[in-house]
Amino acid sequence: MSHVADPSPVLDKAPAPALRGPAARPVSRLLHRRVWLRLTLLLSAPLAWMILVYVVALAALLITSLWSVDSLSSEIDRTWTLDNFRTLWESDVYRRVTIRTVSVALAVTVIDVAIALPIAFYMAKVASPRARRMLVVAVLTPLWASYLVKVFAWRIVLSEGGLADWSGIGSPGYGLTAVIITQSYIWLPYVILPIFAALERVPDSLLEAAGDLGAPSPMVLRSIVLPLLVPGIVAGAIFSFSLTLGDYITVNIVGGANQMLGNLVFVNAGAANNLPLAAAIAMIPIVVMLVMLTAIRRTGALENI
Amino acid sequence: MTLSTTAKRLLAAVTFGVLALIYLPLLVVVANSVNSNESMTWPPDHLTFEWWQRAWHSAGARDALLTSLEVGAVATGIALVLGTLLAMALQRYSFFGKNTVNLLVILPIALPGVVTGIALNNGFRGILGIDLTLWTIVIAHATFCIVTVFNNVQARLRRMGTSLEEASADLGAGVFTTFRLVTLPQLRSALLAGGMLAFALSFDEIIVTTFTAGDGATTLPIWILNNMFRPNQAPVVNVVAVVLIVFSIIPVWLAQRLSSDVDAVR
Amino acid sequence: MKSTFRSGRVALACLSLVSVSVLTACGSSDDDKKTDEVEKLGKMEGKVSILAWPGYVEDGSNDPNVDWVSAFEKKTGCEVTSKAYGTSDEALNLAKSGDYDVIAASGDLSLRLIASDEAQAINTDLVPNYANVYDFLKDTEWNSVDGKNYGVPHGYGANLLMFNKKDVDAPTSWGAVFEKDQLEKNKGKVTAYDSPIYIADAALYLMKTQPDLGITNPYALDEDQLAAAVDLLKVQRQYVGEYWSDYLKEIQAFETGDSVVGTTWQVIKNNIKNKDVDVTLPTEGATAWNDTWMLSSQSKSPNCAYAWMDYILSPEANAQATEYFGEAPNSPQACEKTTDPKHCETFHAGDEEYAKQLWFWRTPVEKCLDGRTDVQCTNYAQWTQAWTEIKG
Repeated sequence: MSHVADPSPVLDKAPAPALRGPAARPVSRLLHRRVWLRLTLLLSAPLAWMILVYVVALAALLITSLWSVDSLSSEIDRTWTLDNFRTLWESDVYRRVTIRTVSVALAVTVIDVAIALPIAFYMAKVASPRARRMLVVAVLTPLWASYLVKVFAWRIVLSEGGLADWSGIGSPGYGLTAVIITQSYIWLPYVILPIFAALERVPDSLLEAAGDLGAPSPMVLRSIVLPLLVPGIVAGAIFSFSLTLGDYITVNIVGGANQMLGNLVFVNAGAANNLPLAAAIAMIPIVVMLVMLTAIRRTGALENI
Repeated sequence: MTLSTTAKRLLAAVTFGVLALIYLPLLVVVANSVNSNESMTWPPDHLTFEWWQRAWHSAGARDALLTSLEVGAVATGIALVLGTLLAMALQRYSFFGKNTVNLLVILPIALPGVVTGIALNNGFRGILGIDLTLWTIVIAHATFCIVTVFNNVQARLRRMGTSLEEASADLGAGVFTTFRLVTLPQLRSALLAGGMLAFALSFDEIIVTTFTAGDGATTLPIWILNNMFRPNQAPVVNVVAVVLIVFSIIPVWLAQRLSSDVDAVR
Repeated sequence: MKSTFRSGRVALACLSLVSVSVLTACGSSDDDKKTDEVEKLGKMEGKVSILAWPGYVEDGSNDPNVDWVSAFEKKTGCEVTSKAYGTSDEALNLAKSGDYDVIAASGDLSLRLIASDEAQAINTDLVPNYANVYDFLKDTEWNSVDGKNYGVPHGYGANLLMFNKKDVDAPTSWGAVFEKDQLEKNKGKVTAYDSPIYIADAALYLMKTQPDLGITNPYALDEDQLAAAVDLLKVQRQYVGEYWSDYLKEIQAFETGDSVVGTTWQVIKNNIKNKDVDVTLPTEGATAWNDTWMLSSQSKSPNCAYAWMDYILSPEANAQATEYFGEAPNSPQACEKTTDPKHCETFHAGDEEYAKQLWFWRTPVEKCLDGRTDVQCTNYAQWTQAWTEIKG
């Protein structure tokens, strides 16, 4: 930020405003005085976008989940009913799939955070600046290989006689373990990056000061680094958790005979022509995520994401 | 804090070990792009460049790539504007409902893609009554890309503080001038980082895209999904993936350089 | 049917939401709909819009060597635009939009199109190549109503039983995938088609092995019969390694040995290089598909549409399209034009005895397809819910 740290270039470039003063521009003057007006101008466009595009769509989804499909005409019957939710509640298949999906998403999140922490720490605090740059590139590059191509590559790696078997490591075969491995792989860069960014913001001097004052490394890590890292970890965890929660493609390719919540939404919305039921099923991950976000918010980490 | 040499070596070993694992499946992709067995089973049969030739001549892949670049660029542009506005509002002002707005920005990325996809599909078709086109993809992508720009810009604004902007105002610069000459230059690398991530997200998004794509709107992931499972087309898809990886190194590297230059001064 | 290119359909299936979308005011006024057949053809309109399964309308953009659309455009001057759809439900809703002139419909879609007045009767005299089509594909219950023809047949194929000789003794019955004692030794290596329509496969097996259930048509199941089929599939589920819905997935699984027995299509077997893998048509018969080209009642380019139907039924084009897709062509003349001289032999094209053992796909509806009037049959939505429960 050298160019702004020294204010003179700013003045060089803009001598006129300084001479003419704000009085010459009524709009600017008005904005300068009225905080609420500035805020309104800043907020109106993005808020309108989010509400028009997204909030309305989510609300409509909720409403749709309270309708049903007429079995004879396949048209949607707009009479209010809780039938869809009753189906979800009464049939234990939905409970099983929900538990399975949440467990997989949790496992992926824990694995990713566990792997990402040491890597991000090495990148941010140990590696030389040059090596750091190369490492960031190395972590970012796989993001550009298509998601589908990568999942399919894992299918080949995990197949019988595939790379995993062939190299002697052994493969768990297709199933939930394969889904967890593949999803952890796919979302790992998205977890490394925010943790790395958070670590980068921890000044080296802070760590040194703690060390100079005699704090042993583990203690520095626990009481200084970790609290500063929480927002990064939370951001990464939300990412990997939510992306796994809604996935239906990976489980189709490497998941064996299993199905997850995403598959149920997908099948009911598409082939089964039952949008209300699909919408009702979609409420499950929404509730799960909202519970998670609320819990995180209690800890205060959300504001810092 | 000083780490022991052993600890440093251990960290290095973990880092490079995991990186090697990250690249292993990509090597499988490379191997399969020259594997003569069209169903791509392991180990590869013979070396062939047939798939590379076919990919070179594939008009479908080329068009899809262009479509994806266009969608990504427009969605990123929208996200840059909206994300910056939001970040400035939330970081510089406090107001009623701020937390709700914060949550609202995170929501499109925090809710699973299948939920966002089905909600937007229903919203476009049912509520707004518009047909799905390329533009509906752009709108959907922009919506979940806002958060990446927002995050980066907000973090930068927090670090910047307000002293420079106040100084600029004290020296008589108007609101817009201050933004253009003081705030924006400082945000440049944050915008670059946020924009890159937004573009990457849009470029590889498949789930929300399938729900919001109109007739003939074939982005690269959709093309890949349509071709991935045909025995004679799947290896061509691998070629496309290899090409993408190779070419992505350039923008990733450039972005890294640009942002590091700034960091170095910090 | 049956998508060879299943995953394409998966992708597109999402779009079907569209159709599903409640609030959408679909459909136009009935005034524009013309369901009676035309007497004679007029001038070409210069364009035609086609709705079909992926792989049916190839113009070389996916693979420059796979192109039968360009020749049609050159010959007739009708410019082709096409849309591939993922499921029959999606196709129904897309067809209602009135944007398409010609629709390639499977047996589970054709009757619904006719019932909703979306299809126009076809004057087969105006489709000269119709004369070549195998008789057993003409005037069937999935393309004709009240003696009127609504669809000209495209290609067909059966859902066969595939096995790996090394692990499974050549089976002659679907019992290989439905009987516990036979499933036991292949635990985790059994595969099945991932779609609610697969319930019909179980129903077909029950129809032959448990006559007291009274199943006479695997697509007409009352609640008890559906429950019996579901129970059978739940047993099978414990032994299934993975369900397959796309083509390449099953090819790979059989090549590597991840799957050793399960349903398949002939085209999948043809793509497997492992010599131990073989297919058979079990003694119980099998489920199958047959697609037909239908004319939209809202067609704005009926002349180009007729030209397309005649073209795609021509021996050359039909041979190209069905060979690419991996199914039996619709006429002996087409069989002479395939690049693989044995294509029709492999796919049993024209083999009437073989075709008699096939139960072509239809959508299960409340009104029992087997003619029963004393009970209500289960519909496709119920089958879908049952399928969710089977997979668990």
